[in-house]
Amino acid sequence: MSQPQPIGSPLVHIAGVEKYFQRGAEKIHVLAELNLAVAPGEFLALMGPSGSGKSTLLNLIGGLDRPTKGTVTVAGERIDQLSDRQLADWRARHIGFVFQLYNLMPVLNAERNVELPLLLTHLNAAQRAQHVAAALALVGLSHRAKHFPRTLSGGEQQRVGIARGIVTDPTLLLCDEPTGDLDRKAGDEILDLLCALNREHGKTIVMVTHDPHASARASRTVHLFKGQITNEAVK
Amino acid sequence: MKFAHLIWGNLTRKKLRTTLTLLSILVAFVLYGILCAVKQALIGGVELAGADRLVVRHKVSIIQLLPESYQARMEKIPGVAAVAHQTWFGGVYQDPKNFFMQSPVVPEDFMPMFPEFLLPPDQLKAWQQTRTGAIVGRNTADRFKWKLGDKIPIMSPIWGQRNWEFDLVGIYDGAKKGTDTTPMFFRFDFFNESRSERARGYVGWYAIRVKDPAAAAEVAKRVDAEFENSPAETRTEPEGAFVQGFANQMGNIALIVASILAAVFFTILLVTGSTMSQAVRERIGELGVLKAIGFTNGQLLGFVLAESCLLALLGGGLGLGLAWLFAARGDPTGGMLPLFHLSTGDLVTGVAIALALGLLTGIFPALTAMRLRVADALRRM
Ligand SMILES: Nc1ncnc2c1ncn2[C@@H]1O[C@H](COP(=O)(O)OP(=O)(O)O)[C@@H](O)[C@H]1O
Ligand SMILES: [Mg+2]
Repeated sequence: MSQPQPIGSPLVHIAGVEKYFQRGAEKIHVLAELNLAVAPGEFLALMGPSGSGKSTLLNLIGGLDRPTKGTVTVAGERIDQLSDRQLADWRARHIGFVFQLYNLMPVLNAERNVELPLLLTHLNAAQRAQHVAAALALVGLSHRAKHFPRTLSGGEQQRVGIARGIVTDPTLLLCDEPTGDLDRKAGDEILDLLCALNREHGKTIVMVTHDPHASARASRTVHLFKGQITNEAVK
Repeated sequence: MKFAHLIWGNLTRKKLRTTLTLLSILVAFVLYGILCAVKQALIGGVELAGADRLVVRHKVSIIQLLPESYQARMEKIPGVAAVAHQTWFGGVYQDPKNFFMQSPVVPEDFMPMFPEFLLPPDQLKAWQQTRTGAIVGRNTADRFKWKLGDKIPIMSPIWGQRNWEFDLVGIYDGAKKGTDTTPMFFRFDFFNESRSERARGYVGWYAIRVKDPAAAAEVAKRVDAEFENSPAETRTEPEGAFVQGFANQMGNIALIVASILAAVFFTILLVTGSTMSQAVRERIGELGVLKAIGFTNGQLLGFVLAESCLLALLGGGLGLGLAWLFAARGDPTGGMLPLFHLSTGDLVTGVAIALALGLLTGIFPALTAMRLRVADALRRM
């Protein structure tokens, strides 16, 4: 497939990736001969119908799963052959995740949720508190630091989720349908926030969505259909 | 421990379920503690028994009497250092429920034989000067609020079916933690002259101190040989075996206690195990998120194990604490179980059982959490 490639060496490079799942005797082919590059500083939207393999692809980029075939390179490092343990450490250092259903720990308040990834670093309590405060300020939720998830609105919970995703200043922010469970207004606020993180803080973002309104905010959109990239639209 | 709030948060997430599980564990450990104290009361005397003491009783049974004249013959047997006798008085103070043991003894023989009874020297002197004098252990003295100088009436159904009256001249303490301080002792000379002529000159059993504990078995044989073919043949055994034989009459206590506890702990294992596996099952998605963030399989295994161990140790600790408080108040039966107490060994074993319970109930859910494939877990949100 000849696609317009981003300039400079890519931050994410996916080459010849194939992925299938074994369900009993049945082999489910999800991704086939897939190539993709993401440049540093890009805000990429992955679009496609349900079941087209968007989440599977995002999981491969984020080191949550390994491809059946092909290579996944992030920031110059091949991650498709790392062990589970190595992948866990790698994710802690390089990846921030934002999920559709926010997935906050219900037993922890907002700041404790944001702090979670920092528990895997060598920062002491005071340093962690500093980073948490900065991340919460960035998403505009300093005044909700002590609130538990169940007392926050969906939009607020997702902003806590984003603060958790960026608190370690990861190489890459991966979002799986971050606005999928929100109304238009709250969704727009989340998209504004992601745009700001991309433009003002230079965060590289890959966002899965099936909402054209959301993908319109990205700097580039890749369409996935039955496990293959069908076309790309650069803004 | 920077993960403590996460583990504590998970433990307290389902308050009712955690409380109920905690209560079942607590009840099991209270039961454990009390049964241990009962067992200690019944067989604890074995451990406290003097290694250098033998007990000589009538060959037929403990209730058959032996002649007082045996003492002089025993003292001449090689290897014997000292001899003292006791006799079951079986008296009643006010009410048969107020049970405690009483025995006439010869103070000069008896006190050196049993150094675990600590009697102030001036009280011993007073006892030697008072024919009707009696001494009693701290436990019984406190129980009936007796003071030195009190007159103690004891009704004896065995010795003449009448009231005996003693003057309390001494209160002794126990030298060791488990020493039984319930018995009362009074003077044999007073007792001997006051009972019917027919019964005079007989005693219940003898204690012998041997010169060398290693040779105790040979001394015992020599004693029994000495009285062979006499009207009152003897049976001599180490004090520990004597106490054990006493306990064995009540069945194999340790086995009964162990069986009850095994049943209780099996139930608790199921209760706690199901709580823990439920706790992990309803949290699959969150575990997936933690893995996505970069928590390792080993860390998640540790979190679940820490949670189950915390649950078991909290319940177990509270239960053992309550049992200990209960046992610290002393014999709950009012005299039947003078050695009732929760030993440090049983407490330590209890904590170890709690820890084992925590590990055992946590390990399978913890392995589930650990083996969870992160992409699958996230799909289950
Ligand atoms: N662990 C798995 N086991 C079996 N099938 C899977 C697994 N993960 C994803 N699939 C299948 O792969 C296809 C693509 O899934 P997914 O990447 O989640 O799609 P999308 O995110 O685009 O909706 C679906 O048909 C899904 O059922
Ligand atoms: Mg998806």
